[in-house]
Order: sequence, then C-alpha cells, then structure tokens
Amino acid sequence: MNENHIKPPEHPLDDLLRTDRIPHIWCPGCGIGTAFSACLTAMKTSELDLKKMVMVSGIGCSGRAAGYVKLDSFHTTHGRSIPFATGMKLANPELNLVVFSGDGDLFAIGGNHFIHAARRNVDMTVVCVNNLNYGMTGGQVAATTPHKAKTTTTPFGNPESPFNLPLMAYASGATYIARWTTLHIRDLTNSIETALKRNGFSFIEVLSPCPVNYGRRNKQSSYEMLKIYQDKGIIKNGAHPTEIDIDFDKGIILGDFIDVDRPTCVEQYDKTCRLI
Amino acid sequence: MKPAVLTGEHFFTGDVACAEGALAAGCRFFGGYPITPATEIAEHMSARLPDIGGTFIQMEDEIAAMASILGASWAGLKCMTATSGPGFSLMMENIGLGICTETPCVVVNVQRGGPSTGLPTQGAQSDMMQARWGSHGHYEIIALSPASPQEIFYQTITAFNLSETYRLPVLIMTDEIVGHMSERVSIPSAKDIKTVSRLAPKGRKDRFKPFEPGPNGVAPMPTVGQGYNVHVTGLTHDEKGYPVMSVEAQDEMMKRITNKITNNLDDIIQTQSYRLDDADIAVISYGVSARTSLSAVDEARKMGIKAGLLRLITVWPFPEDQIRRLANQVKKMVTVEINLGQIFLEVQRCAGNKIPVALVGHPGGTIIPPESVIDVLKEPV
Repeated sequence: MNENHIKPPEHPLDDLLRTDRIPHIWCPGCGIGTAFSACLTAMKTSELDLKKMVMVSGIGCSGRAAGYVKLDSFHTTHGRSIPFATGMKLANPELNLVVFSGDGDLFAIGGNHFIHAARRNVDMTVVCVNNLNYGMTGGQVAATTPHKAKTTTTPFGNPESPFNLPLMAYASGATYIARWTTLHIRDLTNSIETALKRNGFSFIEVLSPCPVNYGRRNKQSSYEMLKIYQDKGIIKNGAHPTEIDIDFDKGIILGDFIDVDRPTCVEQYDKTCRLI
Repeated sequence: MKPAVLTGEHFFTGDVACAEGALAAGCRFFGGYPITPATEIAEHMSARLPDIGGTFIQMEDEIAAMASILGASWAGLKCMTATSGPGFSLMMENIGLGICTETPCVVVNVQRGGPSTGLPTQGAQSDMMQARWGSHGHYEIIALSPASPQEIFYQTITAFNLSETYRLPVLIMTDEIVGHMSERVSIPSAKDIKTVSRLAPKGRKDRFKPFEPGPNGVAPMPTVGQGYNVHVTGLTHDEKGYPVMSVEAQDEMMKRITNKITNNLDDIIQTQSYRLDDADIAVISYGVSARTSLSAVDEARKMGIKAGLLRLITVWPFPEDQIRRLANQVKKMVTVEINLGQIFLEVQRCAGNKIPVALVGHPGGTIIPPESVIDVLKEPV
C-alpha cells in the first residue's frame, strides 16, 4: 500500500483510530461504537494536546475501546482502570486521563475505586457505557439492570434494584456529572468535550442498547431501544441527582447535571504535603 | 528538607531501611494501603516523598495500590508498594498484569503468619510459594529475601535495578522480624549507589514496538505522553502490544516474558556461601532464618560438625544450579524456613535422590531458634 500517503481518510476520525485493528468486536446494533466515536470527536474538537491524552479501559465490551484508539492506551484488569489511571495522573499531572469502560466494570467490580476517585476529585474523565448488563460474557445481570429485567442469571427477572449512577457519582464528590444516550450524540459529544477541558473528576453515563444480549431477552431491538430514548428521554439540565431516576416507562432524565469547582487531588496534595 | 539519599549512619527498622533503599534507588511514587507489619514503609514514604518531588497516595485497597503503581510506572516513574499476606493476596491480580504488560515496579511483602488474617503482628516466611505462583498463569518472577535492615536497604535498590532492567514487578519477600528489628544501617553517598533505569526507545516512534525484545531479551520501554501511542493490554499480545488470540501468539509472548529471566540467571541470582568449602552438611536458608542458621552453623562447627550455610538472597528464580552443585559435594542438606516446607520442596527437587534433605520449620509466629537447627545438624549423617 505505497499510496497510503495520498489516500484520503475513509472516516473523519481515522487519525485517532488504530485502523489496523478494525473490524472491531462490537455487535451490530450495539451502542458502544456511537459512544466511542462521540468520545473521539470530543477529543478532536477539544483541541487539547492528543500526545498527552491517555485512554484507560477495564474489561468488557466497552473496555475494548482502548484497543482501537490511536493514543497511549491501556486495557487493564477488570474494574481497575480507575486506580491505574489515578497512579498515572499523579505520576504525571500533565496527562489528560480518559477512562472509557462499561457499567459492570466501573460499578460492580470497580465500584469502590469509582467512589474513591470521585471523592479525591482526581482530574480524569470517566465515560461509562451503560448497557444494563454484562454483554461480553453473554448477558448476565449487572448492578445497573432494571428490576424484573431478564438476563441469563435472572431467568425469573431481576430481583434486585439498580444503581442510579449519577447519584452515586454526586454523593461521592464528582465535580462534573452528565447522562446521555447513544441517540443524543451531539449533547454527549459536547459533554465529553466539556469534561476533557475542565479540571476534576468528570463522569458521563451513556445509556446504550445491547440488542444481542440484553435487548433480545427483554423484547427490545436496538431500534426499539433508541425509540425509548427518544420517547422517554427528558432533558433536564441542572436537575438534582436525587431526581434523575431512569424509568423506562415514565421517563429517563438526561442532561448536564453537575458542574462545580473543587480543588483536584493533585492540587490538594501539592498544597498540603509539599513545602513549596 | 532532607535529600533523597540519607548518606550517613542510622539506626533503622527494616521497614524504614526498605523505604530509604527505595528512595535511594530513585523511587518517586508509592501507592499503598495500611497493613501490619508493613505499614511503617507507607508511613515513611508518605513523609519523605513529597519533599523530594515524589508522590505518595494511600489507595482504597491493595488492589488499587497495585494498579496505581503500574499506571505510575508507565508514566515514567520508579514505583513501589508494600504489604503483608492478606494484601499480597489482593495484589496478585495486578501483579499478573504487571508481568503480562512487562511493567517495572517493586512489591514488598513483610510476611506474617497466615493463612487468612493469621498472626498480623508475628513473623513468618509462608508466602514463598505464593510469591512464585500466586497470580494465575505461568510466568517467571524475581523475589529477594534480605536478612537484615542493612541488607534490605541494599536489596531494595537491587530490586529496583532488576525491575528496570527486566521490566517486571520484583518482589521483596521480607518478614515481620526483619521489618521490625532495629539495627545500624550505613547509607553511602549518592554517587556510590548504582541505579539502573529502563532503556528508552530509539528510532521512529510510529514503528516502535513496545514488546519487541532487545539484545538481553527485554524491550525498551516508552513513557506515556511522548507520542509513542502505545497499546498495552493484559490480553495475550504481539510485539506491537496488539491482542492476538492464538496458540502461536501465546507461545511467543510466554517465551518473551519467561526467557528474559531464565536466560539471565547469572545476572539475577545472588547467593552467599558460608563455611561450605569442606562442609558435610549444607544448611539452605533465606531471610531471617538464615541468621539463626548462621549461628547454628558456628555452634555446630565448635562441636566438630562440618556444617556450612548457603544463604539464598534471591529465592526466585530458584538457584537450582547452586543447589545441584552443592548436592554433589555434601552428604546432607537442611532447609530452614518459617513455614511447613515450601523452599524445602525446591531444595528436595534439585538435590534429587542423591542426598537426604531435612526441614527445620514451624508454622510461624516467631523465629526458628538456632537450637532447633543444631539438633538436626547433630543427627548422624
């Protein structure tokens, strides 16, 4: 392929993709690709130094994102992307850390790390693709699966209640919190861009269809899921996190909820511990 | 403000000497979690690091502590964590990630009695096999076992140098007794301390492969933020770092991460021989147990028993050749360790059926008194 240098890009985000790793593993109808490209677009439009941008992922379908982005990128152990990124940020505060992973990874096995990074206000952007189940392993119940929903490990319906992720982020001390769906691409991209440019712990939840593993057992095709996002999505920017439940019948509250300033982990450390 | 290298004479516990050794080696990031009897290492690092441009963080658990030092290592810093049994168990997951992604760092285990919560304040040497095989999968590891505060200072520097040379987590398998004993520690001037840093990549950034072995079997290591666009994964990967799910890729990667150790044993392994030249009985021991063995050997010599000591400073990779050679010379071996026979099994394996191998051990809580060793040395060979 000697003509590579004169070939126009096949996709406007090609320069941020490891095109030699394509095709990706995501299923037809999956929303992760949409969230991923919103993230790459935000990186590009932010005009931040991409050399200093690092993507860290955990394990799962969304965790594969780190393998497709042409940046310094780390595919770590299950649930541990946030503490890995914390160490990296503290070691070199010039880096811009983006954690891109799924709901199972970030909020079940990695839940403890999430709340502590939010409490510390570590300067990083956490994008959580919430597809309501464990997709990679074939569709098991997650900490985000709605009550009564069917999964391979809740054949009679989920007996438990799900987390409200932005509320947890808020209670833990996150300084920027938003929730969008894969239908709200522009809003999502804008929120990620805002998060990348600001200091502090930013959290963005992205509701995403998983037609192959979640949708199929709950009678929701990818199209139907997007239709629900459209019909039931209620944008309430600035809504208080205690009032932003996800109710697939009554309404799904979306928006930029929280944007406050608080000294970051590194700033506090320098101020408190160093004799400058 | 104190300098990074505290040149001079000190009266330090093993834990503090370990922390000072790390600083002298160039460690500038410590991610920890409190646990007896290793807490003092974290405490000391928390006080010292910010003063010399480093960073300390107490993470939410040992899983996070281990993850944080891997992240900090890729950001270019020399990193360490310290723990004891229960925390060591939690770190196993990310020690595996460090091995698979060839990430230099140092992990200290100040061993206490186990299993489970065990004897938090009392020493043991019963995590030695966990050090070798505790993370899943097959791999090679380096583990050092210092016997005094002075030695832990130097061996911590060695641990950093080995981890930077061979790109892997290096373990310091000390114990509560060495960790908490106070002794004289002499720290030389900074210029007399040999430190090694990972090899930086050369050539075109877009063609660089972060896992392509160099002449000693180890790939140079880039630092994030410099435009190398590395991809690093715990999945089986090729030299470029890309995941490849195949039997061939697994074979190639496993050769990379094991050969760099097994092909450099002479550079890695350190042992110390004491009165072995004319010995009939060789005591094999390490860490604090090597100290009690030393006085047992001297006592036995006074009784006319030709005993000697092989002290394993490096426990993993196991000094197989040294043990095999010794098995051709002596009539009996005695392994001394604070457990019910872990390194003993390795000594037996290497000695083969040539000579008998005895064990002097107990399940933990205190040292092995020299008398217990002498009793076995007195038995007819």
